[in-house]
Amino acid sequence: MSIEVRNVSKSFGTFAALDDVSLEVEGGSLTALLGPSGSGKSTLLRIIAGLETPDAGDVLISGELATALRPQKRNVGFVFQHYAAFKHMTVRDNVAFGLTIRKRPKAEIRERVERLLQLVQLEAFGHRYPAQLSGGQRQRMALARALAPEPQVLLLDEPFGALDARVRAELRDWLRRLHEEVHVTTIFVTHDQEEAMDVADQIAVMNAGRIEQVGAPTELYDVPHTEFVMRFVGEANRISDSWVRPHDLEIAHEPGERSVEAMIERISRLGFEVRVELSAADGESITVQVTRDRLEELELERGQIVWVTPARERAFAATY
Amino acid sequence: MRRYSLRTVALAYLAAILVGPLAIVFWRTFQHGFAPAWDALSAPDTIHAFKLTLIITAIAVPINTVFGIVCALAIVRRSFPGKGVLNAFIDLPLALSPVVVGLALFLLYGRQGWFGPWFTEHGIRVLFALPSMVIATIFVSLPFVAREVVPTLREIGDEQEQAARTLGAGGWQTFWRITLPSIRWAVVYGVILTTARSLGEYGAVAVVSGRIQGVTETATLRVQQRYESFDLAGAYAISIVLALVAVVVLLTMTLFRPREETA
Repeated sequence: MSIEVRNVSKSFGTFAALDDVSLEVEGGSLTALLGPSGSGKSTLLRIIAGLETPDAGDVLISGELATALRPQKRNVGFVFQHYAAFKHMTVRDNVAFGLTIRKRPKAEIRERVERLLQLVQLEAFGHRYPAQLSGGQRQRMALARALAPEPQVLLLDEPFGALDARVRAELRDWLRRLHEEVHVTTIFVTHDQEEAMDVADQIAVMNAGRIEQVGAPTELYDVPHTEFVMRFVGEANRISDSWVRPHDLEIAHEPGERSVEAMIERISRLGFEVRVELSAADGESITVQVTRDRLEELELERGQIVWVTPARERAFAATY
Repeated sequence: MRRYSLRTVALAYLAAILVGPLAIVFWRTFQHGFAPAWDALSAPDTIHAFKLTLIITAIAVPINTVFGIVCALAIVRRSFPGKGVLNAFIDLPLALSPVVVGLALFLLYGRQGWFGPWFTEHGIRVLFALPSMVIATIFVSLPFVAREVVPTLREIGDEQEQAARTLGAGGWQTFWRITLPSIRWAVVYGVILTTARSLGEYGAVAVVSGRIQGVTETATLRVQQRYESFDLAGAYAISIVLALVAVVVLLTMTLFRPREETA
C-alpha cells in the first residue's frame, strides 16, 4: 500500500502550488507533510486523493498508476479539517456511507459500523446528528467514516487544526495508537512542527511548492539540509552567518573564542527548563535554553551583558 | 415606546396595503350569501379555468424545479465561460414585465415569427393554446428555485460532496445522497414560490392565450372576464379561491421555516 508521487506540478492561475514534487511513502507508515500555509502540502494531499488533478506528473498507489483515476475509484480515506460531516445523517449513517455506497450486506454494515464506533469511542452517539457532537467527536466520526471501507491509504488534511489545544493533544495521541492498531498507510498534513514530530515516523518538510527534506523527525532536527528546515523544525538562532539550536548555546560572563556579546532581555522559567532571551550587539535576538541549576550558578539577571558561545552550529549554502 | 410605535406603523401599513383589500374581497363575495358565489364557482367555464391553471402549474413547476437546481449547481459548483451572463439572465423574468414576455412569444411563435411557420406546418398550435401558455408561465416563474438554492449551495460548500467522492460515491450518488438532502428546504421554498407565481400569472398568459372562454381561459383571466361582464360576485368568488391558495402557500412556508433553522 505504498504511495509514490512523481514529478508532480500544479498551478492555480499564476500561483505555482506545487513545483516538480516527488515523494515516496512506504506501505504502513505514518508520514507528515509539514510546512507553512501556502507551501503546497494540502494540494499535494488532495492530488493523492484525486480531489485535484496535477498539471504534470503521476501518482502511484500500491505501485499502480492512479493519476487518471477518479477519487471514488482510488480507495482512499480522506479526513477534512472541518470534518465535512454529512449533516443530514446520523453518526451511524455517516460511518456507514462508504459501505452503503458499495452495497455491502446490511448485517455486515451494521457490525462493521458498531466496531468502528467502538474504536473511536462513539458507540453511545450512533443515533445523534453531527450538530449534536463536539468538534473532537465530529473529527473522530469523520475518521471512522474514512476507515469504514477499509481504504488502502488514509489521508488527513490538518485534521486537528480546528480543535482546541487539549482536544488536539488527545486526538494526536489517539491517532498514533490507532495507526499502531490499524496499520493503514497514513499521510497527514500539518503546519505544527510539534505535532508532526510527535506523531509521524517520517516527515516531508514543504516550502513554496517544493519538498525541502524528507526524513525521520530526529534526522530533520539533527541534520537539517537547508536553512528552512533548520528554522521550521525546532527553534533556531541566527548567530553571524550560521544557525544554532537554543540548547547548543552556552552563556558566560567572560568573552571566549567566537563568542557574541548580548544583553539579557527576558528570563522565563518553564519548570526545569529556562529560556533566556537576549539581544545581540548586531540587533539579532537570541534564545538560549539552560537548566535551572546553570541559571542559578551564573546568577543571570535581566539587563546583564553576557557572552554567548555556540557549541554546535550549522551553516547552509545560500538557497534563496 | 419607540418600539411600539414602529410596530404600529408596520402593522397599519400592512393592514392598508395587504389585509384591507383581501378583507373587502371576502366581504363582497359573501355579501349576498353563499349562493351567488357558489353559482359562479360551479359554472363549467370557471371549473375549466381552474383546471387549466392547475395543468399549466403542474407542467411548469417540475420543469422549473429541475432547471433551477441544474442552474444553481452550474452557477455555484462549475466555472465556465458565460457563467456571469447566465447568472444575470436568470433574474431577467423578475425584471421584465410579463406583458413584454407575452409579446416576445407572439413574435417567436406568431405566423410571421421565427418558429411559428415550422409549428404550423407540423400541425402544432402554439399560440392561443396550451403550449404558449405553459411557455409563458415557465418563463415568468423561472428564477425562484435557482435563487433559493444558490445561496444554500454556497453556504454548505463542497466539502461534503468531496468526502462522498472519496468514500466511493459517483456523481449521481453524491447528488442524490448528499447534495439534494442538503438543499431540500431551499428546493421546497423555491417550489412553493414557483407554484404561487404560476397560479397567479396573468400578464404573459393574457397576451398569448387569446382568452377563449372554456378553452384558453385560466383562473386569473376568468376573474378579469367576470369583472368585465359586471359579474362582480363571480369575479370575487374566483379571487377568493386564488387568495385562499396564496394563504395556504404562505402558511406552508411558515410551517417549514422553523424546521430548517434547527436542521
